[in-house]
Amino acid sequence: MGDDENREPKTTYREAMREALREALRADERVFLMGEDVGRYGGCFGVSLGLLEEFGPERVRDTPLSESAFVGAGIGAALAGMRPIVEIMTVNFSLLALDQILNNAATLLHMSGGQLPVPLVIRMTTGAGRQLAAQHSHSLEGWYAHIPGIRVLAPATLEDARHMLAPALADRDPVLIFEHGSLYNVSGELLPPTASVDLDHAAIRRPGTDISLITYGGSLSKALGAADELAAEGISAEVIDLRTLRPLDDAAVTASVARTHRAVVIDEAWRTGSLAAEVSARIAEGSFYELDAPVERVCSAEVPMPYARRLEEAALPQTADIVAAAHRAVD
Amino acid sequence: MAEFTMPSLGADMDEGTLLEWLVEPGDLVHKGDPVAVVETAKSTIEVECFETGTMTELLVEPGITVPVGTPLARIGPMTEQPGEPKEPEEPEEPEEPEEPEEPEEPEEPEEPPRPGKPEKAGKAGSPAEAEQAEARRPVRHTTQRGRPAEPSPQPERRPAEPSPQPEPGPVSVSTPSAPSAAREHIEAGPLARHLAEDSGVDLETLHGSGPGGRVTRTDVEAAVAARAAPRAPRVRASPLARQLAAELGVDLATVTGTGRKSSVRAADVRRAAPGPSAPPAPAPATPVRPSAVRPSVARPSEDRAAAMRQAIAGLMTRANRDIPHYYLSTTMDMAAAMEWMHEHNRRSPVGERLLPAALLLKAAALAAREVPELNGFWTDDHFTAGEGVHLGVAVSLRDGGLVAPALHHADTLALPQLMTALKDLVTRARAGRLRGSEVSDATITVTNLGDQGVETVFGVIYPPQVALVGFGRVVDRPCAVDGLLGVRPMVTASLSADHRATDGAVGARYLTVVTRLLQNPEQL
Repeated sequence: MGDDENREPKTTYREAMREALREALRADERVFLMGEDVGRYGGCFGVSLGLLEEFGPERVRDTPLSESAFVGAGIGAALAGMRPIVEIMTVNFSLLALDQILNNAATLLHMSGGQLPVPLVIRMTTGAGRQLAAQHSHSLEGWYAHIPGIRVLAPATLEDARHMLAPALADRDPVLIFEHGSLYNVSGELLPPTASVDLDHAAIRRPGTDISLITYGGSLSKALGAADELAAEGISAEVIDLRTLRPLDDAAVTASVARTHRAVVIDEAWRTGSLAAEVSARIAEGSFYELDAPVERVCSAEVPMPYARRLEEAALPQTADIVAAAHRAVD
Repeated sequence: MAEFTMPSLGADMDEGTLLEWLVEPGDLVHKGDPVAVVETAKSTIEVECFETGTMTELLVEPGITVPVGTPLARIGPMTEQPGEPKEPEEPEEPEEPEEPEEPEEPEEPEEPPRPGKPEKAGKAGSPAEAEQAEARRPVRHTTQRGRPAEPSPQPERRPAEPSPQPEPGPVSVSTPSAPSAAREHIEAGPLARHLAEDSGVDLETLHGSGPGGRVTRTDVEAAVAARAAPRAPRVRASPLARQLAAELGVDLATVTGTGRKSSVRAADVRRAAPGPSAPPAPAPATPVRPSAVRPSVARPSEDRAAAMRQAIAGLMTRANRDIPHYYLSTTMDMAAAMEWMHEHNRRSPVGERLLPAALLLKAAALAAREVPELNGFWTDDHFTAGEGVHLGVAVSLRDGGLVAPALHHADTLALPQLMTALKDLVTRARAGRLRGSEVSDATITVTNLGDQGVETVFGVIYPPQVALVGFGRVVDRPCAVDGLLGVRPMVTASLSADHRATDGAVGARYLTVVTRLLQNPEQL
């Protein structure tokens, strides 16, 4: 640390997220945080560390171990005019609250003829890579992206982690934020907020002309790494970060494929019925005549995520897999 | 032995794609039976046979495009006894001789008749002139525009005269039986059907190897492979490469692919494009070279729209260039006709109600009978009167374009019949299932744009016809009635006529007759 003290302050994804929460709690009396261990323990991943001390138990509330109950309570609070932020430890556990999310949060606005918006934000961890085995490591955000009536975000950068929460809270629809577990420790310089942070548009993380690497969340860094390797071989890869998984930014994908004519979709979820499948289908629908090669997909092996490190690495999409897929499309 | 040739389904047709056979070799066919489905630039049309006899050979495989006049099949004399109807079920033929063993089969016109379908040669034909006369409609000029020869592999078999005189077969004495009872139901899954349609294979010609004789994908693929020899195989190419090839006028078959499994990629097409410095960006809207986009297979519908536009363009250019038109119009009082129609409709169930169009068409048809100088064709510098009034009805298609199929003997149809026939005709025109005779033998055409809101339409004659009648919308107008100003439903009728065939006086007489007829709607 000693050498770094004179440099620009670095921050982590975890701290960026905490800062976003702090800002939201300060900005609006109606905002409160709720979830298992978010208070005294500081959040399962340390995101809310210190917030209980700063804002008190009224606004940073530990809940019993019942996802259905506290997500349901969050929906009720939102209906009653509050702006709850509910944290679910991992996406695997969120399935216990799926009934609340799908049957209540996502549908009430529609079923009430527009009278009952549910301005709820649900944060949860997703993804593998930290040897937490099958019940803590899956990437099910694609399932949520299937549901109309909710918005699904996957911030992959410090900026998105820091700046997506405020517009998410301002949305009158339920917003689910998926934070990839491997991102919390990522550190870097936090850029000042720019107009580029919104909930509607994908981002071009790296422009290129030969192939589009389309991804989101935890796979973004791997795609960027692959783009570096490809660049060394003279292949110019464009990296698209979807950022919002529902609604998908079709225009960005279409525009990118129109530039590069080839696409690799990288998704840590299982291949079958995945978000990668959806993106690929949309490319086929909207950009068929732009394609100069079949769309490639790089997804996780279709197994419950293994605990053993080597097996877990083998099951996950890796940079080398992305490079290989890009070669299949370009060569 | 007669030949069934690719018919000219209208003066704007010079080639057609055989889509489907509705008969099999050995089937008994009667004059007027639909035997094949042909796709023209404008529509998909069921073509009727003009002979009676036995189909001995099918010379052209589905999916092949041939010029008008090319023999498609041979029709021999009838061989079957009236008492022996064809077996409704095809017997199981495990040693099916049709497909893979004979790769050269499809294009070989001299192929012997298939085993199991005996053909007895050469019964002398009795003339049956009446049928012949109708069968040989006035020969249209099959257009001799300077179309570049198709690069299609099938032999050019266009005879100088598009109609080699076929020998008439004996007239059938049996009651007309369904020509192909064997094709009641073909067991085939959606994939097989799709593949068959895509590759132009007639499912009916296949024998299924699947459970219960079901036609499987393998059967279809075998059939495709069997007749692949004369046809260029589908080039493996990326969608972008295909699009580029069409834009740059590159024949994909000539491009060497560098992609996986030698598939053609965009870069290969650019390399092969004419001009040393083909721009990397696709040039927008480059005129497409016809040969590049018209391979001899059935085209998807988007090309159809363009093809139809081109067909209409060619025909109408010719019409306006070659036919000295004169135009007349008159405004007719429709009060009596509308009143009669409303009264009729009040008394009729919904299904039998009439539209003003039915009355106008009937009046136009009756007037054409009364003024036959306008009902017929101008061919070879003289006028030939039509036999019967076959009223062409201009039908605009949903995805653009126009066809003008005929209501046969429209002058003899009672109004409800005419209404039914009209509905049927329009429905089939839009579904692309017109009969060949409907498309080709209209004697005078009516275009009715009344439902589109216009009041007057001056049309372009559909060659080789000599007149086109136009009707606008029936609108309430102020009008002098019995010396007073009244409001009456009026319609503007127009006539575009060929000045070579008639003069204005004849045209005027025609419109006067139409007006008179509409004043006595009960007699329509």
